[in-house]
Amino acid sequence: MGRTGCRSTIPLVADASSNLLAARNQMAFTLGFHIVLASLGVAFPAMMLIAEWRGRKRDDAEALLLARRWSKVVAVTFAVGAVTGTVLSFEFGLLWPEFMRRFGGAFGIGFAIEGIFFFLEAIFIAIYIYGWDRLSPRAHLWSGVPIVLTGIGGAFSVIAANAWMNQPQGFSLGTDGTVTDVQPLDVIWNPATPYEFLHMLLAAYMVTGFLVASIYAVGMLRGRRDRYHRIGMAIPLCVAAIATPLQLFVGDTAARAVADDQPAKFAAIECIYKGGDDQTEYLGGICTDGKVKYAIGIPGLDSLLVGFSTDTDVTGLNQIPDNEEPPARTMLHLSFDTMVGIGTALMGLALWLGFLLWRRRTVPDGKWFLRAVSVSGAAAIVAMWCGWIVTEVGRQPWIVNGFMRTEDAVTKADGLWWVYAFTVSLYIALGVAAVLVVRTLARRWREDEGGEVPYGPHGEEPA
Amino acid sequence: MSKPDAAAATLWIGATLYAVFAGADFGAGFWQLPGLRGKDREAVRLRIERSVAPVWEANHVWLVFMLVILWTGFPDAFSAIFSTLYIPLALAALGIVLRGAAFAFGKVVEGNARRRAGVLFAVSSVLTPFFMGTAIGAIASGEVPAAGGGDPTASWTGPLSLLVGALFVASGAYLAAVFLVRDSWFAGELDNARHFSRCALGAAVVAGALAAAGIPVLHDDARFVYDGLTGPGLPLVIASLVCGLVALGLLVRAMRRGFTARISFLVRPAAVGAVVTVIWGSFVAQHPYLLPTSLTISDAAAPGATLTALLVVFGAAVVLVLPSLALLYTLSQRDALK
Repeated sequence: MGRTGCRSTIPLVADASSNLLAARNQMAFTLGFHIVLASLGVAFPAMMLIAEWRGRKRDDAEALLLARRWSKVVAVTFAVGAVTGTVLSFEFGLLWPEFMRRFGGAFGIGFAIEGIFFFLEAIFIAIYIYGWDRLSPRAHLWSGVPIVLTGIGGAFSVIAANAWMNQPQGFSLGTDGTVTDVQPLDVIWNPATPYEFLHMLLAAYMVTGFLVASIYAVGMLRGRRDRYHRIGMAIPLCVAAIATPLQLFVGDTAARAVADDQPAKFAAIECIYKGGDDQTEYLGGICTDGKVKYAIGIPGLDSLLVGFSTDTDVTGLNQIPDNEEPPARTMLHLSFDTMVGIGTALMGLALWLGFLLWRRRTVPDGKWFLRAVSVSGAAAIVAMWCGWIVTEVGRQPWIVNGFMRTEDAVTKADGLWWVYAFTVSLYIALGVAAVLVVRTLARRWREDEGGEVPYGPHGEEPA
Repeated sequence: MSKPDAAAATLWIGATLYAVFAGADFGAGFWQLPGLRGKDREAVRLRIERSVAPVWEANHVWLVFMLVILWTGFPDAFSAIFSTLYIPLALAALGIVLRGAAFAFGKVVEGNARRRAGVLFAVSSVLTPFFMGTAIGAIASGEVPAAGGGDPTASWTGPLSLLVGALFVASGAYLAAVFLVRDSWFAGELDNARHFSRCALGAAVVAGALAAAGIPVLHDDARFVYDGLTGPGLPLVIASLVCGLVALGLLVRAMRRGFTARISFLVRPAAVGAVVTVIWGSFVAQHPYLLPTSLTISDAAAPGATLTALLVVFGAAVVLVLPSLALLYTLSQRDALK
């Protein structure tokens, strides 16, 4: 499957392979949209709290103003993220009814736990925003802590559900193919949960940190080099710069775990056609006809990375049954390389920041540094998308690794391509509207006007 | 009570909270429809925004809660429902997206864009509960086979589905109007209180008429539920009727007195009671079925350990969420510190 999907006409009547591709596209697109908002929902509150803490502690009016404004952006992105997340809940049923029927009893547990965190986060965001003028400074700062914790808890429970699809355990299969004898704790604590969770949590902090910093860096490049912009860039950038080296370590560990636990996925992302020791690490290139073309090959490095020795045996695609090989291997390979490449570049940016802070003891504002920061946000998002392509496409043809094929899970409904086309148009319109709204907010703030946001008390905007 | 029954009860608790809070939320959108906003549109719009804003998101999560309980606790039912009723459910999801976008963005933009966002908010507030209602109607009339894959169009376009869809819209509008009367009165907005009282009366009459029209349709298309409602569920149906009449009586009395005296605090509980009793009436009426009469609660239930996990999570949610909600509510009622 896969390559024949881009047809010139949209099929009106469902057939299994066409539906499969449409449903996978739909899921990938809506998840890609949601994950950016979800990252902001997980990590932005921490930066908002750091700004408030600094503002209170040092009587820093600019930091306090930033915290107040960021809380409004958190409200808008959380409100939109809640909606795109609800859409994903519907899609589990609309697109994958067979998957849910057979595995919902195990797969769903993480989401049940997530429900609590999601609910608490919504409530405490509202409390925080209402509390600006209704709670004492100390109480208000504390009211933000549950937002940070519930964001982390929510990320953990959803990622645990995804990790379970990669490393399913904690159940038996009944005669009708549905799960029986579920052990909820084993489902949640499957082998992939720790590294997938940490990897995504750090990704959320990197995406948010670099993204927010990039907005203020652009402002500074346009001449708004006041203290407000400097702090606005410095806080998220420092958080992201701390997360980045941790991420390189966690990502490296995750890749080794994938090589052990999900050898087919690892073989596909590294384009290893023939298993064995002394594997070449290929950078870039196209995976075709049993070899990697146009790549930079470093002999033995792949084995070295997987097992700290060139003697390490690495599974190749030749050891995977033909009908269990992941599709679209060039895309997988390049996605993986792009993610690692961007991560490494962001590590360079973090080191650059550290060096400048060490030497000059002030927020850097050189033109090239600001330019680098201003593209870092988009780059971090691309890296995160690539990571999700690796983990999701790399698991194919399975929806539950080793237990259920994705083609057996998909709906038989008609018109999926139409729904997909409509969803893409709608989400693009929403995305454009979201950007315009945030820009409107920013412009109004520059003009020192007030403005209302969702959750906000009515008609209150002290500067 | 068996474990599957307990898990099903949490589903109905979620449905109750969703119907009351989100129903009123949808209803608030309904009263922003062009033509229903009365003489002083701006005052009506402001009142609705002020009443809806604080707890909007908290309302919304009950839906996610129900979906998660359904797919984790009753995967067979979830799959059967979604593989049959995907059209109304997709349209309801679309309504949720448009409504959320209109709400989140509408507060920030101004002028024409704000008006358009208001209309979009109103229209999607009607479509979302309507399509959800058609899905519930389809389930009640036995259009969802246990194995799923029922007729994608005929299943939810029968008379009962359309009636229940309309009833969902009307009862939300009724609840919202009653809430808004109280809010307006407390804010000293007597014109708004008068306006929303008329709205509440209108919605009550329409909802009552739809419910009455539903009796013969239920008898013909959903015999099991009909027998349940007229049998073991009858006390709850009567309670609903009494609650509805009490709320109406209190409103009429307040209108007669020109809103000079305090409105009885009973008006809200009575209006809410009218809706809640119907929802639990349906639980009693269709028991032991989740999908009458093709799939029972116990047949649809996930393995025991999963249900235990769900019930534990539900208990934790009650312990954690209720105090937090109370804190938010207290805070939203408190004046700003000066």
